[in-house]
Amino acid sequence: MGVEKIIFYIVALIMVSSATMVITVRNPIQAALFLVLTFFASAIIWMLLEAEFLAIVLVLVYVGAVMVLFLFVVMMLDINVDRLREGFTRYLPIGVVVAVAMVGMLITVVGSDNFGLDKIAEPERHLADYNNTKALGSELYTKYVYPFEIAAVILLVAIVAAIALTMRRRDNTKYQKPEDQISVKREDRVRMVNMPTEKKK
Amino acid sequence: MNFELPNIALATPEITLLCLTCLVLVIDLFVPQQKRIVTYLASQLSLIIVFALTISSYAEQSSFAFSNTFVRDSMGDVLKLGVYISIFMVFLYSRDYLKQRDIFIGEFYVLGLFGVLGMMVLISAHNFLTLYLGLELLSLSLYAMVAIHRESASASESAMKYFVLGAIASGMLLYGMSMIYGVTGSLDLAEIAATAESSSNQLLLIFGLVFISVGVAFKLGAVPFHMWVPDVYHGAPTSVTIYIASAPKIAAFAMLMRLLIDGLSSLQAQWQDILIILAISSMAVGNIIAIAQANMKRMLAYSAISHIGFLMLGVLTGQQSGFAASMFYALAYSLMSLGGFGMIILLSRKGFEADRLDDYKGLNERSPWFALMMLIIMFSMAGVPPFLGFWAKLSVLKEVVAADSLLWLAVVSVIFSIIGAFYYLRIIKLMYFDKPEDTTAITADMDLRIAISANSLFVLGLGLFPGMLLALCLSAISAS
Repeated sequence: MGVEKIIFYIVALIMVSSATMVITVRNPIQAALFLVLTFFASAIIWMLLEAEFLAIVLVLVYVGAVMVLFLFVVMMLDINVDRLREGFTRYLPIGVVVAVAMVGMLITVVGSDNFGLDKIAEPERHLADYNNTKALGSELYTKYVYPFEIAAVILLVAIVAAIALTMRRRDNTKYQKPEDQISVKREDRVRMVNMPTEKKK
Repeated sequence: MNFELPNIALATPEITLLCLTCLVLVIDLFVPQQKRIVTYLASQLSLIIVFALTISSYAEQSSFAFSNTFVRDSMGDVLKLGVYISIFMVFLYSRDYLKQRDIFIGEFYVLGLFGVLGMMVLISAHNFLTLYLGLELLSLSLYAMVAIHRESASASESAMKYFVLGAIASGMLLYGMSMIYGVTGSLDLAEIAATAESSSNQLLLIFGLVFISVGVAFKLGAVPFHMWVPDVYHGAPTSVTIYIASAPKIAAFAMLMRLLIDGLSSLQAQWQDILIILAISSMAVGNIIAIAQANMKRMLAYSAISHIGFLMLGVLTGQQSGFAASMFYALAYSLMSLGGFGMIILLSRKGFEADRLDDYKGLNERSPWFALMMLIIMFSMAGVPPFLGFWAKLSVLKEVVAADSLLWLAVVSVIFSIIGAFYYLRIIKLMYFDKPEDTTAITADMDLRIAISANSLFVLGLGLFPGMLLALCLSAISAS
């Protein structure tokens, strides 16, 4: 058993167990941190697959940016976890049955009988001077330029949708209207009242 | 490195629509709320321009661009034209409805146009990657549009449901695609078709096919992946429901064709079984549960599920003429669905949603003309001759009967469509034989009245002369 295999099994074990923790721990902060660990482990697996650029991007973007943002949101919201977990034990038995059946079937199909090295040949190994990033870039901007542009449009839609759904003016919030403040006249603020003078006693 | 410039001219409609949509987005920024009509007109103009561009460059044969990730063929062009017309009608119908509910905002039109772009990408996809991205572009626009009425709790709830279930379905679709990629080593549909035929690893291909079918069935709203349909149709503002119920069905038909016929045709024996189960259960559940509905939008949602079952019948025969029949069905259904939901919008007014069946009581006394228009739509959906829906059902059934050993399926689908006729005819009974509960005059604008009338008369006209559209579908399918 080569070193690569040992690393793979260790990392795969970490990944699966931390992924399970993400959905089972009670504390949302801990869940988010376990998700970070899952991402990190999958980055190492990508590294083993010689996808160095993607591995680094996964760590930089997901671990570095997305998850930090996610943690901010979780800390800002007061989520009642117990209420969210209602029904978890109620649906647990049927969930376990379905999950076990699914995993069993998946293993028979995706196991080494069908995906073994005799069926699908091992990909060619690249030399140390092979530039993964350059290869990816030249594929992305030539062969896959059309999907690349569509992905950009999807991001634009996400921006439009996010702004359309979250930017709102609530009627009950109090904020200043400078234009009204400037154009205010004396008559709007001061009311002249005629009162009879009081007699001095 | 040598790089060949792709034949960008083939994708002119897509590129133009993208530019025009971005233009609408910017124009909308400078338009005050009172003049929001400018955004509406700009969006309609964009659709007309793209329509003209697609017609003027109509593809007689298949041609590929962008390293075969994009295909332009006559089937795609006919479907795209159907999409433009549907969305043009959707925008037209929904204008007053949006105004009355204070959601007459530019984002509705921008997201709507991006949805059209997504459908175009999906229809023209010739690669798993573009197919998936087109689908996501469409779905993302739809999720946001469902939630666009923020004051409505039911809209937010159904948007959430739609989003979560849609994400799961996308995951299923991607998993299936990754399995097929694992076996064939390619994302290109033509290459997949070539490799899959000679592959020794059929089990894995079938495994991928099952997951892909689940993803597609969800997007189509076929039973047992239909749970979102009634809730989303009911919860969304009617102007968005009419969007979801019309053009995306045309795009979903294209997705089915690209994946199963262009990509996995060697697995026909397997996907035929899957589609038979989906079709029968969709027709059964759709038609039977629709009877129990008291809400018009929910009823039409279940009717949509049953129509999807019918649409699959033509595809599962695996014959060119069967595909043409299904294509005819998709276009016909989209037109009828526009008419049905358009009528809900017509009868609604500020603060009142005409979505209960009781709101249709005695429509004949309130407005004999629109009762007649609704009658046409309902008869057509039920499949009564001489309306368009009859010919759609007939052409699909003819193909099923012609196919080997599928006669029983034709019999089953006729039985279910007779059951389904009940709830369409009930609407007609309510309109003509019951006393109206509400005698308010219909206050819709003239253009909406004309559009709805034109829509219904079109259903009647195409029903009287169905040959033209059917011949168009046949020639489009056989050319591509």
